[in-house]
Amino acid sequence: MAQVINRQRGPVSGTATRARKKQPFLLDLYSTSVGKKYVMALTGLMGVGFVLVHMVGNLKMYLGREDYNHYAEFLRELLVPIFPRTVLLWILRGGLIAAVLGHLHAAVTLTRMNRQARPVKYQSARDYQVASFASRSMRWTGTIVLLFIVWHLLDLTAGTANGGNFVRGDAYNNVAHSLNRPVVAAAYILANLALGVHLFHGVWSLFQSLGWSHPRFNKWRRHLAGGLASVIVLGNISFPVLVLCKVVEVHS
Amino acid sequence: MSLIRNITLKIWRQDGPAAQGRFETYKVDSVTDEASFLELLDVVNENLITEGKEPITFDSDCREGICGTCGLMINGQSHGPEKSTATCQLHMRKFTSGDVITVEPFRASAFPILKDLMVDRSAFDRIIESGGFITSPTGGAPDANLIPIPKPVADAAMDSAACIGCGACVAACPNGAAHLFTSAKISHLNLLPQGQAERYKRTEAMVETMNEYFGSCTNHGECEAACPKAISIDVIAIMHKDYRKSKLKNRKELARNK
Repeated sequence: MAQVINRQRGPVSGTATRARKKQPFLLDLYSTSVGKKYVMALTGLMGVGFVLVHMVGNLKMYLGREDYNHYAEFLRELLVPIFPRTVLLWILRGGLIAAVLGHLHAAVTLTRMNRQARPVKYQSARDYQVASFASRSMRWTGTIVLLFIVWHLLDLTAGTANGGNFVRGDAYNNVAHSLNRPVVAAAYILANLALGVHLFHGVWSLFQSLGWSHPRFNKWRRHLAGGLASVIVLGNISFPVLVLCKVVEVHS
Repeated sequence: MSLIRNITLKIWRQDGPAAQGRFETYKVDSVTDEASFLELLDVVNENLITEGKEPITFDSDCREGICGTCGLMINGQSHGPEKSTATCQLHMRKFTSGDVITVEPFRASAFPILKDLMVDRSAFDRIIESGGFITSPTGGAPDANLIPIPKPVADAAMDSAACIGCGACVAACPNGAAHLFTSAKISHLNLLPQGQAERYKRTEAMVETMNEYFGSCTNHGECEAACPKAISIDVIAIMHKDYRKSKLKNRKELARNK
């Protein structure tokens, strides 16, 4: 059969692979799709850990202004006096920013690789059997979440998108004023639904990508993904809903 | 026996690797429901030859589901609508009279179309070649059961070894990834004692050769659904774990030899 594959390769022998460019170990690992998926999974895991803690932390909104702001101050004073005030918080933020950038870089390069793997699409309609809405919309839900994160930081960390009510250090005031705007509340709800769909596939997927497979427990991976996504989304969506319902008081 | 009547086939025709392809429509008045899908194409080709036209080129060999030569995208599914079945064993009783059936070749940059429905899957051979050999004693036939293998391990290795290399996994994957094929081949040998000596060298080489031709795995699971041997994506997890181990072990071995 004719050899139509026109990629440049070395001679084919029993064990020949193309001589790989010498590069540092981690970059070498990252150069394959499997290595990129490790990065995808590990940075995703950091993200999942963050959103879960973030949601639980925000539940203190229901205990009132004092408890909520006390928790915000606690985050700034993590491991004081080992670290000066806010230093550990900034280290954690640095880790999260690195995770987002790593997740993004892996996603973009893998997507490009996948496009190259099938430059000519099927000319008739595909009939997908098991690929879910979640798995097929990861790029979209991921983009929505990314844009949301940027806006969320401008709203409640920098305060520039908070509508003029931002008071540095009064987290309760800021979040209540922000979510009291119906359009903003709707955006929060939508973004969190996208996050939930993203997590539903991502949490399951990271087990596969990291090779964490155990015939005895494999079926629980889907349940864990569904449960975790639901808990995080329900918790997060409760904030705008209850602010709009005046359960969380804006001017207390 | 009953007849399936009035079938409309929309089949991808392409004169050569670089030619522009197009769908052409063929009518089949009746075919027995016992006919396989390939036999349906045989019927169409007989008619085309009688009319003095160029018959449709497609791959087939054993026609009993074990060689992995046939493989078509039928109504948007690798090997068509029947689960765990290769195109050659897909029977016309899965269809009803009056159906419109669309047939396309497998599409991936590593599987260039040669003509009509025939693709070149030699990228799979490159992956297999890079896996190399296993060290096993030759000479007189060894006694049976000389190497003890626990039954569950032998069964798991057999499940992986069932891969016939047809390429349906690549064709079904929205990313054009060959992870199911590669991991079936890797796990087949990595599970068995005979495969241990070259385990890490083999895993690293095969994954990296796969990486030269194919896309990445996003865990849709379409490959498992399309596989005529129903190989589970659990083997992909085995490969993902072994690749990491391989990189670390090989790095250490290479450093030792300096």
